[in-house]
Amino acid sequence: MASEAMGILPAEGWTAMASHDDHPPPDQPRGHEHAYSELSPIELRVRALESILSEKGYVETAAIDAIIETYEMKIGPRNGARVVARAWTDPQFKQRLLLDGAKAIAEEFGFGGRQGEYLMALENKPDVHNMVVCTLCSCYPWPLLGLPPVWYKSAPYRSRAVIDPRGVLKEFGVILPETTEIRVYDSTAELRYLVLPLRPAGTDGWDDDRLAALVTRDCMIGTGLPHPAQAATR
Amino acid sequence: MNGAQDLGGMMGFGPVVREPNEPVFHAEWEKRALGLTLAAAACGRWNIDRSRYARETLHPASYLTKSYYEIWIAGLEKLLMQTGMVRAEELRRGQALETAIAEPALPASAVAGVLAKGSPYSREAGSTPRFAVGQPVRTKVMNPTTHTRLPRYARGKGGIIDQVRGCFVFPDSNAESAGEDPQWCYSLRLSGRELWGMEADPTLFVIIDAFEPYLLPDE
Repeated sequence: MASEAMGILPAEGWTAMASHDDHPPPDQPRGHEHAYSELSPIELRVRALESILSEKGYVETAAIDAIIETYEMKIGPRNGARVVARAWTDPQFKQRLLLDGAKAIAEEFGFGGRQGEYLMALENKPDVHNMVVCTLCSCYPWPLLGLPPVWYKSAPYRSRAVIDPRGVLKEFGVILPETTEIRVYDSTAELRYLVLPLRPAGTDGWDDDRLAALVTRDCMIGTGLPHPAQAATR
Repeated sequence: MNGAQDLGGMMGFGPVVREPNEPVFHAEWEKRALGLTLAAAACGRWNIDRSRYARETLHPASYLTKSYYEIWIAGLEKLLMQTGMVRAEELRRGQALETAIAEPALPASAVAGVLAKGSPYSREAGSTPRFAVGQPVRTKVMNPTTHTRLPRYARGKGGIIDQVRGCFVFPDSNAESAGEDPQWCYSLRLSGRELWGMEADPTLFVIIDAFEPYLLPDE
């Protein structure tokens, strides 16, 4: 499935760092002393806001740095992939996961917290495919998948996922049999959903690490499928 | 409210465009927008539902043309002004002119713990759930001007209770800072044909999380 490869691949994506060229040197405070001329209106606006909030003592710059570091470097779809791989290899864990996702994941992996207080796993079956959206904002299981990609938060996805999920899936290169039931979960409360995809064929005897490498972010949202076993040879 | 955030079922936005190897952030200011929003919220002057409402009340034309973190920043500025933490004049001038009214609530040393802990929204129930799994129910037709989590496309529709999720803070009340008013929350299964008409894909089901006050028994 060629277009699946366009999605973030397991080994990269959340670990990829954005350009740090625009970081001020660490010893230099952010704020109005910077050259305004090179900044866009939104850059100016955010800098001004941070400077006001710091000056008033509402926020600590180092705390903001720590928040950014958490979501840029520490938390991402590899967390979710580990959960999925474990569910594929450990039937008892899978049972606990489907019963109370948040509890099972916290006990087994220690993942949880902000935007993942009430995690639920949705199990795909040969004749049932699950897909997750937030039509009203951008609800997403942060502790398992990190921050959502732009497309997940975008109007095209949020508007169409509930009325034309097959059309959306087609754009992701996923074509399901006409008889497959499609369940679209609209995250309208504080529950956060993780799709548990079908285990790819030809992976008997694989360990968790090997399996986790097949698990893409998109297949845990329900807009993709795991990589096939053959794709794993690198 | 029937704002631009309520996108389910709208048409004309075009295909879903993915970015290969998308970075977590696309600019330095996006990172600061995320960090500022989370750090400022820790001061406790508003809750998550109120912050969602602040974004939803942007002018629809503005909401639909701003990028995601631009919406966050506009929402954050609105909340800061509403709560008196920052004055409009300060935003205009780009500098603090008055003394703070709240203490910093999130020192850097506490970030990891706070993010790992999250904010629990479940509450002890004061009643038993009104509806049971498998029961047919109908969502209310309602058009509040305030915050709600019942999307327009799912109003006045018949469905089946799929799960009783638990008792949670009620966003419609919490967003108004009118108290948590905990309510039972259900997973409600609606068929594509109920939502979109007989031409809809017969294999489609949409499951929403619906609070008890959104629901009526259906025969």
